[in-house]
Amino acid sequence: MDGTHDLGGRQGFGKVRHAPDAPAFHEDWEVRVNSLYALAVRLGIFNMDEYRHAIERMEPRHYLTASYYERSLTGLATLCVEKGIVTREELERRARGSFPLSAKSAPGRTNVPARERFEPGDRVRVRLDYVPGHVRMPAYVRGKAGVVVSESPAYPFPDAHAHGVEAQDEPTYDVRFRSEDLWPNSADRALIHVGVFQSYLERIV
Amino acid sequence: MRQRAVTKHDSVIQRTAPVERRVDAIQAVLEERDVKAAQALGELRHLAQEEWIPQNGARVVARAWVDPAFRKRLLADGRAAIAELGFSMPKHHRYLAALENSPTVQNVICCTQCSCTAFSLIGLPPDWYKDLEYRARVVRESRTVLKEMGLDLPPEVDVRVWDTTADTRYMVLPERPAGTAGWPEEKLAGIVTRDGLIGVARL
Repeated sequence: MDGTHDLGGRQGFGKVRHAPDAPAFHEDWEVRVNSLYALAVRLGIFNMDEYRHAIERMEPRHYLTASYYERSLTGLATLCVEKGIVTREELERRARGSFPLSAKSAPGRTNVPARERFEPGDRVRVRLDYVPGHVRMPAYVRGKAGVVVSESPAYPFPDAHAHGVEAQDEPTYDVRFRSEDLWPNSADRALIHVGVFQSYLERIV
Repeated sequence: MRQRAVTKHDSVIQRTAPVERRVDAIQAVLEERDVKAAQALGELRHLAQEEWIPQNGARVVARAWVDPAFRKRLLADGRAAIAELGFSMPKHHRYLAALENSPTVQNVICCTQCSCTAFSLIGLPPDWYKDLEYRARVVRESRTVLKEMGLDLPPEVDVRVWDTTADTRYMVLPERPAGTAGWPEEKLAGIVTRDGLIGVARL
């Protein structure tokens, strides 16, 4: 989905609030959320792709104003409700207030049938796919050309894995893009490396 | 900053339970469901705060600096190489790519869509790595963002940005600073920072 979460290249954001000793956690509840979502994954309640997608499905205004760990909490709670672990009513009763959850999921998809094996040096283009469900192709590379640098081991296909759809594991390719191809005349010069699933790629002939 | 964002949200949607009470609610549900949950949560807390720390990545870098054969193995198969030092990664991180800096190359890692990192080596990411500003800007305005963060790269240094879009994980392998010849490995590890492993600083 072309969601709020897909931030790469969005303009209007200010300076990074950086400090060399910046903490990972600001408050103890954040440590608890981090442990709780990891526990749910360990218990097999959901997988990492389902978790990422549940966060992506947050109402956009909520997504943008929530802190990282509030987003994590919302994804965790949404999946616990969707998986039948608890009802929203029970969560709200326990929390003594409303408990905002993410929007419903759109259908997922399985692997693209005609997938190609690529070699380092191959010129590839990211397919012009518009996907209603989970997808790990950042919109800034959609339709863009790049060069294959290497191949990773096969991973579960996120577009399927986030939705319980049957699919084969597939490799990701480290694809190198030039920033001037991604944002012509509107980016600092750099090479941008993206791990692109095989289903998202086509060969440039 | 974070607290302000939460407060703002609460005032927009009335009656939203405070975030800590929402955490309490989901924690109680999981603990009541599984008798071992409380213990597991304690273990995970310990991992996140005591075991998954940037000093792990620093030790990997120091070994790569002093042992060229290890460096070669690290670059070829990061996951196998870090296991030699007793480090591991979660099962779903199937591949670790160590990204070699040079006098003319600066690598920097990010995750534009969420905030993925090689957290068992670099530590749970710092707040700014997860903030919308870094996620949105570092791919498009890399040199500007690095300069704002205190790394003013000369024009002859090329920037390579690595967006963590799959479950392959990245760790920057910084250059060994001049003036460290003959240092023991432990002392070398002491100068490798988390920012250096992410690539927003040179050592």
